[in-house]
Parts: sequence; structure tokens; C-alpha cells
Amino acid sequence: MVNHADLSEKFNVDEPRVNWHDETLWWVRQKRDRAAKQIPEWEELRSVASSIKDNVLSNLSEYLAEFEKNAKQNGVHVHWAADADEHNQIVLEIIQSHGIKSIVKSKSMLTEECHLNPFLIKNNIEVVDTDLGERIVQLAEEPPSHIVLPCIHWKKEEIGDLFHKHLGTPAGNADPIFLTRAARAHLRKYFLSAKLAMTGVNFAIASTGEFVVCTNEGNADMGAHLADVHIACMGLEKIIPERKHLGVFLRLLARSATGQPITSYSSHFRKPAEGQEMHIVIVDNGRSRQLGRLDFRNSLKCIRCAACFNTCPVYRRSGGHSYHTAIAGPIGSILAPNLDMRNYADLPFASTLCGSCSNVCPVKIDIHQQLYKWRQVLVEEGYVTKEKSVAMKTMSSVLSNPSKYRLAGRLGRWILRNAPFLAKNRWNLWFKHREMPEAPKNSFREWYLENKVNKK
Amino acid sequence: MIAGLFVPCYIDQFYPEVAINTLQLLEKLGCQVKFPMNQTCCGQPMANSGFAHLAKKCDDLFIENFAGLDYIVCPSGSCTLHIKEHLHSKTDEATATNLRKVVYELTEFLTDVLKIGHLPAEFNHKVSLHQSCHGLRGLMLSQMSELMASPFSKPTQLLKMVKGIELVDLDRPDECCGFGGTFCVTEEAVSVKMGKDRVMDHLHHHTEVITGVDMSCLMHMEGILKRMKSPVKVKHIAEILNHQY
Repeated sequence: MVNHADLSEKFNVDEPRVNWHDETLWWVRQKRDRAAKQIPEWEELRSVASSIKDNVLSNLSEYLAEFEKNAKQNGVHVHWAADADEHNQIVLEIIQSHGIKSIVKSKSMLTEECHLNPFLIKNNIEVVDTDLGERIVQLAEEPPSHIVLPCIHWKKEEIGDLFHKHLGTPAGNADPIFLTRAARAHLRKYFLSAKLAMTGVNFAIASTGEFVVCTNEGNADMGAHLADVHIACMGLEKIIPERKHLGVFLRLLARSATGQPITSYSSHFRKPAEGQEMHIVIVDNGRSRQLGRLDFRNSLKCIRCAACFNTCPVYRRSGGHSYHTAIAGPIGSILAPNLDMRNYADLPFASTLCGSCSNVCPVKIDIHQQLYKWRQVLVEEGYVTKEKSVAMKTMSSVLSNPSKYRLAGRLGRWILRNAPFLAKNRWNLWFKHREMPEAPKNSFREWYLENKVNKK
Repeated sequence: MIAGLFVPCYIDQFYPEVAINTLQLLEKLGCQVKFPMNQTCCGQPMANSGFAHLAKKCDDLFIENFAGLDYIVCPSGSCTLHIKEHLHSKTDEATATNLRKVVYELTEFLTDVLKIGHLPAEFNHKVSLHQSCHGLRGLMLSQMSELMASPFSKPTQLLKMVKGIELVDLDRPDECCGFGGTFCVTEEAVSVKMGKDRVMDHLHHHTEVITGVDMSCLMHMEGILKRMKSPVKVKHIAEILNHQY
């Protein structure tokens, strides 16, 4: 089974690349800081957003029913999917019912979560991702490594080579503007010929049945407007009560994500244009289970800005693929165990619990506290190795017993002073890249006894 | 007022001079200090690894050692935070609740309880401060760079009272060093890389001594500095605040 520590170790073999990855994402974090600083009421805005989401999570079933009713009145087809399989099946049926063989899709992390692309391809449907970053990773046959910046782990020279291979651009040309134009021309023919377009949903407004899709490239709009059929897929937590709440989230989303005041396009979809067809697929896929977990329910407040990725000192140095799940980073590490505890038991441990993620979160999810709580749940449910359990039991029996603790301390210090090879060897992971601390002859307690207690 | 001295296990065993300096500093500032002799560990290594249920005996032992004291002072933000957030008792929750309230990390005890305005300390070196995460974001010893709020820093406020000290700023003032408890071995590669990057930020600014409120972070960075054969030293903040020539 893959795990974060091993995948990170591989990522760290190329140290200059890790530096580049770290600095690139740190630069995004700094852009976020500068953008947030422009808003005097930034911290208040976070609190308000968090409260709106509290209300949503407490009244989710009512808001969803209201949204469905209003969307249907607007002439939109509403589908409900209990899990990823149902979601994929619904999408496939809509596509097949129109006899369509090729579709375009703008960015949707939900479809990544549901592994829609491989499912459609298996069913002989061609899927073209139209977000530039997503198209790049799609051509490279990789999953995105970041939910906002899917190909942030790719260098422009590598993209030049990839485009040379797939789009026929001149070899060695790595000019970003040139490559973007090439991608634009390449995607244009798919936009013009696609009969069906898929998009994600950033916000769904209960009181009107509308939904909002935020992009910087306008690719969601291009797809949805040109195609006969538009399918929008949303996780059931994307609901907000009313239009007036949208401003709070739009002000937070792009600033938190990339440091922009707002995404270039915040497109409102209400009803299908004449002659067109519009579908919304509302997906649960474990979300109602997470809603029932008191300690973890507010992870459903997430608006997928990825600010927690960019600030995470671990993510920046381990890369998105080390999380081996569609949504990486700190937020992914608290969402993934809900989907599959066994496969993702490593992720809540892929953190130092530094707490930076919780501080940047625009909806104030207590991410690092949830990482700590997931660790307890995973141990309780038996998803840790036997070796670790035994080590922890031994450690606990020593640390909770004063005489055993003192004896172990004396022994440890004696070894470091007199037989250092027992500690300084290749089996000691600390020692691989770090020196051991120098062991003093006496502990503080021994000093205290000698200098304070016995002198009195 | 009696202050109980809570010495983290790894300081007791590997960095006794940190506890000695803490004790001397508190006494110098007029505190009556009691060191409960049967203390061991706060239980954080187990709890952060997901084994909080195995830390219960440590909780009981902690309560046994520190019950009844006016204040508990600890030269570690991380261990202080663990007690503040997780100390509970099956038999005597009232005492546990009180202990959670009276436990202080050393620098916040000096600025918030003793409210000291000056220190008889001198340290003629270039010093840079590593903001340990649990002290920073857990105990809020300083303002956090992620938040849009006025800056302050309790450790810096104290360091500025030291004669002769030259404080050096960093490019990333509060990024994690990657120690992270058992993370330092379970995620060895990332832990070391984070530590190297933190250390390099300090070195780029020509520091002579890296200080902080948590010896665990400093131990991790010291291990990396020594492997690099760097002459730069680490010193716990108590060693600087108590330093006189």
C-alpha cells in the first residue's frame, strides 16, 4: 500500500526541485497575504463565512430540498447520487441518451473524487479537460497535484516538451504565452464541436435554484454556452442559503486561493437557454456520513480554495501526489479518511500539527485539530501497524512511571556517552541526516537533588 | 506565590541547563519555585501519535505532582499547550481543570503574570528567534503571519530587554521547522527538509545563535546545524534571558 512518507521521500530525492516547488507555492501564499491585507474586515469576513456554513450544515436537508424545487422550476433536471458510482452512472446515461461520444469538462474536483474520466473512457466516451492545468495533467496521464493549480508540479520546459509531443508545438519552445496560445487553439476545436459540457459548482443558492461557477479561463462558460447539454456536478455541501451570502464567499475565495480580488469569471447559471438542456447532479459520496461525525462535520465547510495547501510546509515539500488522493493537502487529509480509513490512514499523520492551515482557512475549519482527532480515531479503529502500537505501549509504560523513566533516561545517556554506535547507526532515522544531542552526565533532576535538595 | 517548575522529559534528560536557567531566572525575579520530584512527561508523544488513551497515566501523574500549586511554569510551548488542551482526570476533573488554567509557558509567565519591564541580562550576539508552532499558534505567544492583525511577540518583547543583543529578522518569520514529535522519524525526509530550510533562513541572515521557546525544535535544528558543521549555536530563550557576563 502506498503511503505519504514513502512518496514524499521519493519527491525529496531531487532537492532543487523541492526548493522550486516550495518557493512557487510560498509565493502564492504571500500573494494571499497581500490580498487579504487589503481588506480591513478580513478576519470578520472569515467568521461570517464560517457562521453561514454552520447554518447550512445544520439545515442542509431543508436547503437542498429548497434548491431542488427552485432549480426544477427553472427548468433544470436535478439528479441525486448517493456515491461516486451512482454519479458516474447518471452522467454516462445522460451522455448516452443523446448519442454523444465526446464531451468537454471544466474543472471539477468532485469528478476527480469520483474518478469520472477513467469511467467515461472505459465506456468509450472521450473527455477533454478544458482548464489549462487540467489539460496538461490529462495529456501527461496524471491526476492533478493541487485543486486550484493542477499542474503546479510541472515546469514550463516540461510543458513545452509535453505540448511538442501532443500538440505539435516546436521542440524546445517553453514560452508560457506561446504555449497557452497553442493550448487555446487546441481546445477551441473541442469547444466548437462538443455537444455536451460538464462543469463543477462553486456555490448553489437554495432560494433561487441558481449555481455559480468560478474560473479564470472562462472555459466553463465557453463549454456550457456552446454545448446543447450542460451537466453541473456538485457535492451536497455546496449550498448557500441566499444570493446575498454569495458576496462573502466570492470575496474570500480568490483572495485565499491565488491572491486575486476575484476570479476572472464568476458565472451564474439559472436556467437552460432555449433549445438547451441543463442537469445538476447532487452528490453525497460520504458527505452525510461526515456530517454525522461531530468532530469532523465542519470539514464540509470547505470552499476548495487550497490556501491550506499553499501554506502547508509539508505539502510544499512533499508534492500533491504524495497524498495519493484527489484532494491533497491538509484539507484532503481530513476528508480522505472519511472515504476510506484503511487507504488513507497515513494522511492525518502527514502533518506536524503546526496549525498554519487553520489560520488561513477562509471558513475557519479547525483543520489541524481535526488531524489530531483523526489520529485518535484511526488508532481506535485499528488502522495502525502492530509495531507502532507496541512501541507506543512501551513508551507509555516508561514515561508514566517515574522510576522506569529515570532508569531509561540514565541508560540512554550512558549509551550515547559510552557506546554511541548503539544510537548513531543507520537504523536510527533521526541520525540519517541529523546529529544526536550531546548527552549530559546528569539529568536536571539529579542536578536539582545535588544542588538544591541536599544543600538545604 | 509558589510556581511549580514543569520540566519536559527531554529537557530533563538532554538539556538540563535549560531547566537550570529557567529555575535561576524565576528565582532571580522573586518567585518561590518548587520542582515536584516525581514528574516525567506530559504524555504528548503518545497523544499526538493517536494514542491519547495511553497518556492517561501521564495525566494522573502530572496531577499528582502539580496539584495545589498557584502556577505551573514550563520552558516549552508545546508541552504547555498539551497540558492546556488535553489534561483530564477520571477521578478529579476539578483539579485537572484548574491545572489547565494555571499552566504557563515561561515567556508568557514573565510577560503576563510577572509583567516584568526589565531584565538583568546581557548577551552580546546576533540572535534570531524560531517561533515554535505550538507556542505561536496554540498559546498565541506572538502574532501569526497568516492573520490580518496587529503584530506582537512576547518572546521578542523579552529578548529586547537583554543588553547587547542584536535581533535578526527572517524571511519566513513563523514557518514550522518540521520537528513535529514522532513526525521527525515517521516522515523523516520531509522533516529534515523542513529543518534544513528553516536553518538556512537563519544562516542567510548571519545569525550567531538561534533561540526559541521550545528545545525540541531547537534540538532538531541543532542536529542539522551540527551535521552541516555550522558554527551557529542553538540556545533556549531561558539561557539568554538568564545570561550575565
